[in-house]
Amino acid sequence: MGETLLLLKHRNVTGIRKYDVYREHDGYKAVEKAFNMTTDEILEEVKSSGLRGRGGAGFPTGLKWSFIAKPEGVPRHLVVNADESEPGTFKDRFLMEHIPHLLIEGIIISSYCLGSNVSYIYIRGEYGWIIDILEEAISEAKANGWLGKNIKNSGFDLEIYVHPGAGAYICGEETALLESIEGKRGNPRIKPPFPAVKGLWQRPTVVNNVESIASVGPIINMGGAEYAKIGVGRSTGTKLISACGNINKPGVYEIDMTQTVEEFIYSDDFCGGIANGKRLKACIPGGSSVPMLPANLLLRTAKGEPRYMNYESLSDGGFQTGSMLGSGGFIVLDEDQDIVYHTYTISRFYRHESCGQCSPCREGTHWLEKILKRMSEGHGKMSDIDLLWRVQGNIEGNTICPLGDAAAWPVASVIRHFRDEFEWRVLNGEAALNMRYGLAHYADPIESNKEAE
Amino acid sequence: MFESMIIKTKKMAEVKFSEEAYNKIQELITRYPEGKQKSALIPALHIAQAESGGWMDVPVLDHVAEILNLNPIEVYEVATFYTMFNLKPVGKYVLEVCQTGPCMVCGSDKIINHIKQKLNIEVGETSADGLFTLKPSECLGACGYAPMMMLGKNYKEHLTVEKVDELIEELRNQA
Repeated sequence: MGETLLLLKHRNVTGIRKYDVYREHDGYKAVEKAFNMTTDEILEEVKSSGLRGRGGAGFPTGLKWSFIAKPEGVPRHLVVNADESEPGTFKDRFLMEHIPHLLIEGIIISSYCLGSNVSYIYIRGEYGWIIDILEEAISEAKANGWLGKNIKNSGFDLEIYVHPGAGAYICGEETALLESIEGKRGNPRIKPPFPAVKGLWQRPTVVNNVESIASVGPIINMGGAEYAKIGVGRSTGTKLISACGNINKPGVYEIDMTQTVEEFIYSDDFCGGIANGKRLKACIPGGSSVPMLPANLLLRTAKGEPRYMNYESLSDGGFQTGSMLGSGGFIVLDEDQDIVYHTYTISRFYRHESCGQCSPCREGTHWLEKILKRMSEGHGKMSDIDLLWRVQGNIEGNTICPLGDAAAWPVASVIRHFRDEFEWRVLNGEAALNMRYGLAHYADPIESNKEAE
Repeated sequence: MFESMIIKTKKMAEVKFSEEAYNKIQELITRYPEGKQKSALIPALHIAQAESGGWMDVPVLDHVAEILNLNPIEVYEVATFYTMFNLKPVGKYVLEVCQTGPCMVCGSDKIINHIKQKLNIEVGETSADGLFTLKPSECLGACGYAPMMMLGKNYKEHLTVEKVDELIEELRNQA
């Protein structure tokens, strides 16, 4: 079974980026339908769809919307999080680049439901050409009466503005994002108060990922209950997976979350197998922040059951033997990849992106990077492995925002599952630089899992 | 701290942007509520940087503060936080090669090393002719098209050593 196309249904239609073509393919029908519904009815559809935040945390979108405070006379805002920066993730970019009107349509319906008359798209500054695409789509929508005052006689006013960031991963965290729109450094805020009560300029604000908002149009079109029939369990609807690394067909795939991981990696409908005829060593299934799994635990759970591409199955076994669906950034590593060096690049990323506000993260990410650099250059000590374990443990759970956890989890997972490769590296010193550890036992089924501590 | 991070090479009075840039910044301010013009700071800094040869020194930042009616420190705080703002001189073309995990497993180290050798520069340096700066960057959201680099407003993806050679040749001819 191949992809289930809901968001990307028209991705191969020539000119779908333009308003006229998008409109011919049933574009903006969801807005027309929504304007004939009450805001409560829209909220109910989103709730019953079971849509979960597509940015990584998986929090139910409808529930998030229901938290928005409605104090008299205070404007509310919808902010779309297009700061996509999680290594391995490039799905929002694909959506905005190819089908920008799907996002605009979702923003109109969501803003109407939430009562936001000015909504912002916060996009990472590096996506410079996509900013132009979005600005163009917004002006097309405006020229056709879908934005501005009293849209299509609904009595609803809306303006959408694109706000660029300037290269800071941390601004993908919703409160840092709000600080950034306010023209400040991207330092996350302490919660509570939550943005739904005091967000942008202290006004009630909902921050949602691009893919979540883009899903709202299809949900309204088909109805929440129908949408919820796609998928499995609490993983409803479709999810965009951005697949990358050592695979034959990197790219963005829309799945209904019923595939096994094995099918996703090896089927020609998806990744098309490991590149250059090599074997699968490891995978980070949900963006660099989630635990890396060795091939055996990736394809099968610790109980020996097949693992599926959905929220529940990928996290089966907790962090001991499982991982997370996260943002859907699916990074595959072949047998030649060096886990120690790879982890170093990931830790360097988090050190670079730490905002510096909380000591455990600011100091800890530096130490993780330094120790991993030393180890990957062949100068590690055996005690470094336990030191890494301790440092990551001191970061996890001790910071204002989840960046600390995101920096700790990948390191914890590689020590948990690839400790022997770390030991091998230390024992072989610089000689290991010209050697490959290979697959070791990672491709074999694991009988029992040994915790690192 | 800021002295080491921000350079001052000219007087503020000498800083002047194009008419178009001033108009654009004024338009940006209208996107935010009355009195919240500070929100226009990051977009305004992008414009200021483009107007100033790809990097900003103290007088440029002060000029932005003046336009947005902010204290200079508010602008320094932001300019020093975000990676895209260059506070030291850069070449005409900044080659920002992604080096994070997904690009690394697809060979970004090879691309970075090739650029270093070809232009005879280290990471963070600018070539002798003032044309190229090599600025390794962290994940740019192009993992499926790795290895890649950002060049100005665009991405150059699926890089190979040959493609890098062609690109550098092309840019040299353009300059």
